[in-house]
Amino acid sequence: MARQLNPTDVVIVGAGAVGGVAALPLAEAGLRVIGLEAGSWLSTRDMAPDELKLNRGLWPPGPQKVNGEISTSRANESQTANPGFNHPMMNAVGGTSNHYMAQAWRLNPWDFRVVSATRERYGGGRLPDDSTVEDWPISYDELEPFYDAVEYGIGVSGRAGNVDGRIDPDGNVFEGRRAREYPMPGLRMTSFMERMRDAARSLDWNPFLAPAAIASEPYAGRPACVYHGYCLGGGCHVNAKSSTSVTTIPRAAATGQYEVVTEAHATRIRTDGDGRVTGVTYIRNGEELFQPADVVLLGCYTYENVRLLLLSTSPAYPNGLANNARQVGRHYFSHLQFGGAGALFPFDLENWYGTPGQGICLDNWADDNFDHGDLDFIGGGSLYVYTERRPMAAVNGLGPWGREGRNWGSDWKAHLIRNVDRTNSAYIQRTTLPYEGNYLDLDPAQMDPLGDPVIRITASYRKNERRMSPFLVDKMRQWYLEAGAIQVTGTGNVGNAMGLSTHAYWGTRMGDNPNTNVVDRFGFSHEAPNLGILGGSVMGTSGARNPTLTAQALAWRTAAHLAENWDSIA
Amino acid sequence: MDTGNEKDETRLPRIPQPDLVSRRTAIKTAGVAISAVAVSGSALSAQSETPVTLTPAEYATLDAVAARLIPSDANGPGAREARAARFIDRGLGGALRDALDQYRSGLAALDVFSNTAYGTGFAALSETDQDAVLEAVQDNEASGFDENSGQFFNMVRGHVIQGTFSDPFYGGNDNFVGWDMIGYPGVRTAVPAQYQQMDGEHTPNHVSVYDSTMFDEGEL
Repeated sequence: MARQLNPTDVVIVGAGAVGGVAALPLAEAGLRVIGLEAGSWLSTRDMAPDELKLNRGLWPPGPQKVNGEISTSRANESQTANPGFNHPMMNAVGGTSNHYMAQAWRLNPWDFRVVSATRERYGGGRLPDDSTVEDWPISYDELEPFYDAVEYGIGVSGRAGNVDGRIDPDGNVFEGRRAREYPMPGLRMTSFMERMRDAARSLDWNPFLAPAAIASEPYAGRPACVYHGYCLGGGCHVNAKSSTSVTTIPRAAATGQYEVVTEAHATRIRTDGDGRVTGVTYIRNGEELFQPADVVLLGCYTYENVRLLLLSTSPAYPNGLANNARQVGRHYFSHLQFGGAGALFPFDLENWYGTPGQGICLDNWADDNFDHGDLDFIGGGSLYVYTERRPMAAVNGLGPWGREGRNWGSDWKAHLIRNVDRTNSAYIQRTTLPYEGNYLDLDPAQMDPLGDPVIRITASYRKNERRMSPFLVDKMRQWYLEAGAIQVTGTGNVGNAMGLSTHAYWGTRMGDNPNTNVVDRFGFSHEAPNLGILGGSVMGTSGARNPTLTAQALAWRTAAHLAENWDSIA
Repeated sequence: MDTGNEKDETRLPRIPQPDLVSRRTAIKTAGVAISAVAVSGSALSAQSETPVTLTPAEYATLDAVAARLIPSDANGPGAREARAARFIDRGLGGALRDALDQYRSGLAALDVFSNTAYGTGFAALSETDQDAVLEAVQDNEASGFDENSGQFFNMVRGHVIQGTFSDPFYGGNDNFVGWDMIGYPGVRTAVPAQYQQMDGEHTPNHVSVYDSTMFDEGEL
């Protein structure tokens, strides 16, 4: 029997990118909040720029619950799901915002109304008939104040392209209207970035400096980025990366209202006979504990959000919590990010340092920013180049670039010395759609160390993604060649399975209809009214963007809604 | 930097870095040491190293393999000079311990195969014959290996790359020959803007990340 703890107002499962944001507006409203975090606190001493340590999986330190619950995946139901090798996320206070790329994008307004905007411009026949995509229940403009709150709350650097309708050609001219500038100017330019920017301009495209959740100048007591090159997959040793562990979490804790319980392994969300949630059961140091709360916010990553719901069965919810309408796990999709393009230049690029958030982006071929009238797909992709090159990754990752022969010996060494700093890989994130037949459920065969099943992914890409990708690789080729590249690789071949990803969406779809959606427009369960869900699992479209800032804006909005409507929700 | 007295050390010598001025002095000093190693590189042999995990014979075979994978040649020193074998030998007693049995059996199989094909162990073969053996091993055409020989080859190649290009803290990349080979200007806790400019300064700093006491160390 679990030991009963003292009740609290709100318990948030997860103190990561979204749970760590939601805590702040709640704590500032005077609510007592407890965060259950599976990992531990990290310090700057854990953030050594040591490529081998990062590669060996010895980082991050502290318990990594995620590694015991890696989802299995398969393209369709005729296959057996294969276990994954590693989990893309990490456990720690701040979660994966400790080691992410820190690209901090807003979605484009089009992403919120893909269905109606496509019908308006091209007619209803252009929507892929097997897609379950819907308009979001909220518009970009409704989310804008919360994007703003997060950008200023954690600290985002960038160059705005549309402040209250005024278009700045040095910013992203395609972005939605924003109320004000970013709180900090963009990260510094490198000569490679200048070269790519100038090449795009000479093609009459609209390059701009990408936004990043990294301080470009001292901000809120944190120093500016040092560009050391070990940002992605590693932490920041000066706390310039705007992880929630150094921004919203300490601010929320400073109110005295927010307490993070580390190394807490949440196992079930409990409910009463009326279908209201009553708190969270978790295991810490081998002891089972029950944390009662008036409201529970589920702030894990998409896979664990869905898993905890499906595992939390009760008389009120025999199919899993908030799943009487059998919608939990449906409409899952993961972002098409791989299969980009690569280039070889005839000179060294000096790309050894920097951070993946320090880059040049093109939105001319993203979303609906171009005419699809003669094309056979909807949506598009952002074309993005950045700097950061590590020695071992550079050696292991160098392609043949036309050279024939073995990957060792003097000839290979000469190839390595000549070309190791002459290559670049483009990051092309593409509109990815949800489809019938793609879903998450509990794997009947694969268990975590506690004997609970892990998530099974059943999902595949479809025609829209396959048709779009070669088009985007061709645009990227034009850009690289204009910038002086002598070889460009990339086919836009997409593959089949829509597997385990750092960008995973839906599974707890947001929408007004309680029969077809898990949460309402504010992120609260249609079935269990005092359960809120945070994170990518409520995001209805991927856009051509990293999802974190949008997930954080939604989390802030859910928390603000809870604070304003405490009496009716709790 | 003295390169002749390292066999008893568990860690690489560290360049004192009290401030930026002395760091720049150290760069110049290290540059001199690099030149010396490049000149004497071919004379540096496995015999100068006392292995801590492998037998001396196993170590000599491994070192000979490393020397062919990334050779010392007209383009400068290679994996032998980087002491990739020392990196692996130390790692097999620590972070790479799970691979020890594979190394023991694989290196033995490599010598047996060399003996069968050329009448002598791998380390004593000519470079041309060593390359022919390694090609057969990479192509799964060598007999006597536990799994297939290509798998052993890929493991060794991966570790030789680690031993050549990882932080010198781990026992390889001696005198920063790996990082200098590819023009990596060094691990830095802060990077001036000019290091991200094509026409900027890119002087290597020749430090291990653990020269600073800012960080908890990795596992050797």
